[in-house]
Amino acid sequence: MSDESTGTAVSDQPSDAPRQRASVEDVLVDVKNLVKYFPVTAGVLRRKVGDVKAVDDVSFTIGRGETLGLVGESGCGKTTTGRCILQLYDVTSGSVVFNDVDLVQTKGEQLRRMRRHMQLIFQDPFASLDPRMTAGDIIGEPLLVHKIAKGNEYRERVAELLSMVELDPAVASRYPHEFSGGQRQRLGIARALAVNPDFIVCDEAVSALDVSIQAQIITLLMRLREEFNLTYLFIAHDLAVVRNISDRVAVMYLGKIVEITTSDQLYANPRHPYTISLLSAVPIPDPVVDRTRERIVLEGDVPSPMNPPGGCPFHTRCPQATDICRTQVPEMKKVDEGHMASCHLLDAI
Amino acid sequence: MSEQNDHVVLDVKGLQTYFYTDDGVVKAVDGLSYQVRNGEFVGLVGESGCGKSVSAMSVLRLIPYPPGVIAGGQIVFKGEDLLQASEERMREIRGNRIAMVFQEPTTSLNPVLTVGRQISESLELHRGLDKNEARDESARLLDLVGIPDPSKRVTDYPYQFSGGMQQRIMIAMALSCDPELLIADEPTTSLDVTVQAQLLEIIAKLRDEFQMAVVVITHNLGLVARYVDRVNVMYAGKLVESGPTETIFAEPKHPYTVGLLASVPRLDSHHKVVPRVIPGLPPNLAHLSQGCSFAPRCAYAMDECRASAPQLEPVATTGAAAEASGHERACFYDAAKLEKVDMLD
Ligand SMILES: Nc1ncnc2c1ncn2[C@@H]1O[C@H](COP(=O)(O)OP(=O)(O)OP(=O)(O)O)[C@@H](O)[C@H]1O
Ligand SMILES: Nc1ncnc2c1ncn2[C@@H]1O[C@H](COP(=O)(O)OP(=O)(O)OP(=O)(O)O)[C@@H](O)[C@H]1O
Ligand SMILES: [Mg+2]
Ligand SMILES: [Mg+2]
Repeated sequence: MSDESTGTAVSDQPSDAPRQRASVEDVLVDVKNLVKYFPVTAGVLRRKVGDVKAVDDVSFTIGRGETLGLVGESGCGKTTTGRCILQLYDVTSGSVVFNDVDLVQTKGEQLRRMRRHMQLIFQDPFASLDPRMTAGDIIGEPLLVHKIAKGNEYRERVAELLSMVELDPAVASRYPHEFSGGQRQRLGIARALAVNPDFIVCDEAVSALDVSIQAQIITLLMRLREEFNLTYLFIAHDLAVVRNISDRVAVMYLGKIVEITTSDQLYANPRHPYTISLLSAVPIPDPVVDRTRERIVLEGDVPSPMNPPGGCPFHTRCPQATDICRTQVPEMKKVDEGHMASCHLLDAI
Repeated sequence: MSEQNDHVVLDVKGLQTYFYTDDGVVKAVDGLSYQVRNGEFVGLVGESGCGKSVSAMSVLRLIPYPPGVIAGGQIVFKGEDLLQASEERMREIRGNRIAMVFQEPTTSLNPVLTVGRQISESLELHRGLDKNEARDESARLLDLVGIPDPSKRVTDYPYQFSGGMQQRIMIAMALSCDPELLIADEPTTSLDVTVQAQLLEIIAKLRDEFQMAVVVITHNLGLVARYVDRVNVMYAGKLVESGPTETIFAEPKHPYTVGLLASVPRLDSHHKVVPRVIPGLPPNLAHLSQGCSFAPRCAYAMDECRASAPQLEPVATTGAAAEASGHERACFYDAAKLEKVDMLD
């Protein structure tokens, strides 16, 4: 595989200046009280024995052109939230308003038409690509499914999409196994862009890539966002990556959002004890700096989402927990302009 | 680091591991040399496909033949060249004096045996404990790697543990034979950051307790910065830079290391910093040029770099100090002119 097909030169970086975000009033995605339970069954009769409370009363909005980061430990419900927004799961309750239409109440042909505006980019570029299809077929498939282009127009669009993600249009006839991980992720992005979406859920889209390739893909996603005014829900467990690309970040724990604010604010002034411990655990790639940081190591594992603790879901691991935390569920409270957190002890910490 | 002596546990010299494929000879490891000392924690980093796993498998002579062949070099473990050892001798060494944690935990744990049974078997075999002793010792090892309620959990099967816990069980198993050298291949890639840090914390603690040497292979430069004593940077089957962790992070002297460090997003800057990008892709290991393998992607490449491959040599700028600290690099470009990109500006 040749080198010239990917990558930008070191000098050709997007600017580090804070970008101009679309107005917050122009809401593209409005998630209200979203709940998703997965029933757990047992025995030959598949009797229901309980629920995995994967997403449990989650609300947030994403402005048009905005990138919202979603972080939290493995199993906290990030993927489920993303898939519920895209209606890839039947939502248990709540609403997902997209462009003023509640997707939860939308069915059949109308939902299919709405779907065109929303795309998903997966973590694993290997698993999400059909090995028997050529790169061109993979990227072009949505064009055929949504009857957007055929014939010459189709071929031109595929070539255009490949160059958008900085791949040589000549690679259209190759198969997925002939591409590297980073190039496969570019194919996944080109496919998502095929239908001119407004909104893309990036679910661990760069997590499987090593740092240098990860930087190439992040740079690409940032460039495309400016070019097509895209709105992203950017799901990842790497907090440093999320900070780079997000305007705002939501932190999830056991199916609930515990803190949400601008990405600069979250990193400069985290308020929820869970966010604070999560940030403190991130190693800094500089041994001198890393040694001087205070680390809060959380004891124990994340409780089972089948049987979440009462009161504040975080109280079993919270270094500061008091009696009220064990008995009462904390509400989301305003900490500052555009900064919300759910913790009983916000004033004390 | 805990009391360290200069005793070299592992001395890899000019290792070459090749795969004979339809596409040609893949030189996965080609002239790799490094040493690991007693009690030392070494980190091996480099882009996907640069030969990290193959180099680790070569140490234990676990390269599948065909298509793989260890074509040259020496692997001296405590004075003995393992490439000359009999297969029987290798079986004594594997999982006994050298333990390895593989990249994919689910393929390494036996799904139909309880974890207690798996660890006990190893303890009975390698340390000659009887059934009861082995059972108690398994619980102790599980406790050491941070599994809650270990005496209850010994009767559980691998699938009953989360990915992070399985990884820790692998480490408990690796330790069951009291190895002199532990090689852990990407023990953390699929785990989230809290679990990653926990795991390396445990390995670092056990390194002290067991006084063993550790080689950890990872993509996470943050973890490397925090835990290892020495960093080996690998590119296209060779080391391009090697040195004490602080030196590598403060004064990287190979353009690839400089680029790698600048492409890591950081949390400690006051505003968002866009990671720098190393252009292009790692080379195809079946069609390497005669020059420096990094030259096609290197902003500093000169004619000399394309003509012949630089060898690993002590870094010139710091002179005698470099030799003492063992800071080495393989690059023709003037080291004094190469500087770390400050990501906090
Ligand atoms: N199809 C399903 N059926 C039953 N339970 C599920 C299903 N999908 C997810 N879950 C459970 O829901 C919870 C949330 O899972 P989810 O995949 O959303 O987590 P996540 O935050 O994306 O984690 P990760 O970082 O590991 O990807 C987990 O406990 C998971 O086991
Ligand atoms: N059985 C094999 N047959 C042919 N080529 C192989 C085989 N095993 C490994 N290789 C090749 O050897 C090279 C080095 O692979 P290796 O697995 O050591 O990379 P790595 O540095 O561990 O990468 P990663 O970070 O992705 O784990 C790769 O180009 C790989 O394709
Ligand atoms: Mg997920
Ligand atoms: Mg590997």
